[in-house]
Amino acid sequence: MMGYENQESHLYASKEEMESLVLDDDSPTGTAQPFSDPLSSSSSLPFAEIPTDQSQTPNSSFNSILEPPSYAEAIFRSFDADHSSPQLNGAHDHSIASPSSPPSSDDFLTITVSDPQKEQELSNSLVPGGTAYVTYLITTRTNLPEFDGTEFSVRRRFRDVVTLSDRLAESYRGFFIPLRPDKSVVESQVMQKQEFLEQRRAALEKYLRRLAAHPVIRRSEELRMFLEANGKLPLVRTTDVASRMLDGAVQLPKQIFGETAGGMVDANEVAQPAKGGRDLLRIFRELKQSVSNDWGGVKPPVVEEDKELVEKKQKLHDFEQQLSNVSQQAEALVKAQQDIGETMGQMGLAFVKLTKFETERAVYDSQRTRAADMKNVATASVKASRLYRELNAQTVKHLDKLHEYLGVMLAVNNAFSDRSSALLTVQTLLSELSSLNSRIEKLEAAASKIFGGDRSRIRKIEELKETHRVTEDAKSSAVREYERIKENNKNELERFEKERHDDFLGMLRGFIVNQAGYAEKMANVWKTVAEETSGYAKHGS
Amino acid sequence: MNTMQRSGSGSLQSPRSPSSQAPFLSVSVTDPAKMGNGVQAYISYKVITKTNLPEYQGNEKIVIRRYSDFVWLHDRLFEKYKGIFIPPLPEKSTVEKFRFSAEFIEMRRQALDVFVNRIASHHELRQSDDLRIFLQADEQTMDRARFQETGIFKKKPADLIQIFKDVQSKVSDVVLGKEKPVEESTPEYEKMKNYIFELEDHLAEAQKHAYRLVKRHRELGESLSEFGKAVKLLGTCDDDALGKAFSELGEKAEIISIKLQKEAHHLLMNFEEPLKDYVRAVQSIKATIAERATAFKKQCELAETIKFKEIDLNKYRLTRSEKLAEAEREYEMLKAEGEETSRRFDTIVRLMNEEIVRFQEQKTSDMGLAFHEFAKGQARLSNGIADAWRSLLPKLEAHSS
Repeated sequence: MMGYENQESHLYASKEEMESLVLDDDSPTGTAQPFSDPLSSSSSLPFAEIPTDQSQTPNSSFNSILEPPSYAEAIFRSFDADHSSPQLNGAHDHSIASPSSPPSSDDFLTITVSDPQKEQELSNSLVPGGTAYVTYLITTRTNLPEFDGTEFSVRRRFRDVVTLSDRLAESYRGFFIPLRPDKSVVESQVMQKQEFLEQRRAALEKYLRRLAAHPVIRRSEELRMFLEANGKLPLVRTTDVASRMLDGAVQLPKQIFGETAGGMVDANEVAQPAKGGRDLLRIFRELKQSVSNDWGGVKPPVVEEDKELVEKKQKLHDFEQQLSNVSQQAEALVKAQQDIGETMGQMGLAFVKLTKFETERAVYDSQRTRAADMKNVATASVKASRLYRELNAQTVKHLDKLHEYLGVMLAVNNAFSDRSSALLTVQTLLSELSSLNSRIEKLEAAASKIFGGDRSRIRKIEELKETHRVTEDAKSSAVREYERIKENNKNELERFEKERHDDFLGMLRGFIVNQAGYAEKMANVWKTVAEETSGYAKHGS
Repeated sequence: MNTMQRSGSGSLQSPRSPSSQAPFLSVSVTDPAKMGNGVQAYISYKVITKTNLPEYQGNEKIVIRRYSDFVWLHDRLFEKYKGIFIPPLPEKSTVEKFRFSAEFIEMRRQALDVFVNRIASHHELRQSDDLRIFLQADEQTMDRARFQETGIFKKKPADLIQIFKDVQSKVSDVVLGKEKPVEESTPEYEKMKNYIFELEDHLAEAQKHAYRLVKRHRELGESLSEFGKAVKLLGTCDDDALGKAFSELGEKAEIISIKLQKEAHHLLMNFEEPLKDYVRAVQSIKATIAERATAFKKQCELAETIKFKEIDLNKYRLTRSEKLAEAEREYEMLKAEGEETSRRFDTIVRLMNEEIVRFQEQKTSDMGLAFHEFAKGQARLSNGIADAWRSLLPKLEAHSS
């Protein structure tokens, strides 16, 4: 997450300083109401919280320097109205969902994450007392037919999200699946801190909304169960490594002798990448294969023939690198914008104090004139400072798209990895078939020399032929899987390209409109002061 | 060229013809040039004087002066014209690195130009011999004059500190039983002193932020430039409309970055520098306040001495001592000195009263101009930025379709 979202505190002089500044104002003033900045979503700014002391004399209105709230609101709205991207899934102002085009624009799947609650894990015999964990309320509104209801809620903990993410990764290989939030290894004390909880809640919400924005994944059974199924999440967690190692050790002899339940290799298993302990042998084989691939021995029959893909991957890699660079520079830019706004505001305040000082101590008219001039500059500086702050808030929103796409690139890389590992499986199986074939040939050749047959050899040949058949099936399954993943890659790539195109053009447009708009507003502020002081220009020369 | 002649060019009336009888004195400080090598290197300036005043040789004279020559002039005027707020000098550079930076040199040149012009347009100061020497003397004479002055007339830092202590009426002196602080305490003068001291604080703060603002403009310019470069590189990843859009954005960002750098410079020369000048002017007033305090103290001390002398005199008269004659002579001398001292002090008071009015008026117009330039610059910058960004939009629309 970009670290510049909460940039609003500590910007301005202390509240006490502001409140103590009272200016005698001869001119009749407009509304002088205290206001809270509608923009600040988190902290309320000291700048904005100036209470008008009702006992003050009517003409000492400090607030004449500050604009009424309608000004700030009006600006904010007008720029956002220009931004014409459809905001799906009820995205709030501070989290623009990627404007993907759903199959039908009437479908909606709106997800909200809220209300973190601490819960206690039921104590089991081993651990006295329980461990605490946090659940979040996941509220869904939808009209998609797969769901049983139109509005419902469930409680889920972070571990459930991990499960969901893992299951999706298994079922949707080749897809650009949004990445789930990090696991954050922190102490339990930190776990319960409000700030951490809020961060996590926001991250979860973003993640689920991205899933809901994906045209294929939004209709997945895994997501549906996560959002809808009451009670414990019915998705099976991928078992831990230790037990799988155990399983793997038991499985080994069976794999070696080609015996499995019903004599058939579970095609599903083949469709999965070799994982953890369960497929020790498979891992060894695939490793051997990948080594021989790399060392360029016998060219494997199934080559990654898609030259176009290789090019595409390289291009995407370049894009990712440049994107990362731009993202960094964007952060620096935001910081610089924040700094200039801050300094402008501080200078404005210093001039406000000077103005007050001159006004109070004025002996000569020239001082009063100067105080009046200074007040104009002070007011303008303070206004400009606020404009910079608003500009920056908007800039952050727009440029956040850059950061979002860095996450998307990770998903893309995952999808390509799926493809590579599927290909590796195919290649491994092909090698096995090839070696089986040669072994069978050798045995048959040897057996034929012995008249009447060689019982043990013949039996061996039968076994090998059986293994061959099974392996052949596995290979077909693997090839199907590989093709499927390739197809997914292709479709996703098309979708990605289009979305990237639209998203970035939208981002550029928003950024430019924003910059131009605020620059114009600032120009107006300063134009007034320049006109008011234009008399001096003639005197000076 | 931003030669801001904020206090006028020194001419009383613009000359209608070379043989016009209207007196004028116009000075400019130009053409900084680096002289010498290594540690002893320094900057020299051309000082060009145009005048028809009879005291000056000819219509136009060009001399070469360095910073320490200006310091000499300032110090001489400060010594001679007590009560007048001598125009302030730009600071000595403390940081070696910047001593020869183009920006520093230009800022200094501008400040020195303003300095001399203010002297040339001050009705009393312009008549000073020292100014004439400064504007006319050859380098050797100037060097000699400068050399003579060091150490003899310069105030030692310890003296200054003592004076300021007196001026600020340290309570501690009274508490510790030291001599009662001799200080004027007319309410009006007190008010003015307090005003000056507080004004310095306020101004210093404003100037500090103004200086930071200059830096911020530069920083924003730099980061925008880097951002633009990065975006341009991103644009090379795509051959299509998106790539072009990125490239165009990157270009614009770099253009705007240049505008920001320009404005930073303009801000420095036309807003921050005048503010700094204002601070220096206030410090100059503080120095004059110190001078007045010194004069006042001297007057009081002399008055006391005279009183004691009177007592002695009477004693001698009564005892018909032979010391009487001597004492009478001394007494007369002291009385004369006392009158002179009082006269000097009264002059200072009178001059200060005039000067404060002049100061306030001058500062109003100086700052008025500075504010105007500031606002103009900001408006120009913002308009430039808005135009630059807006010019991208039609192309962007074309890319989107």
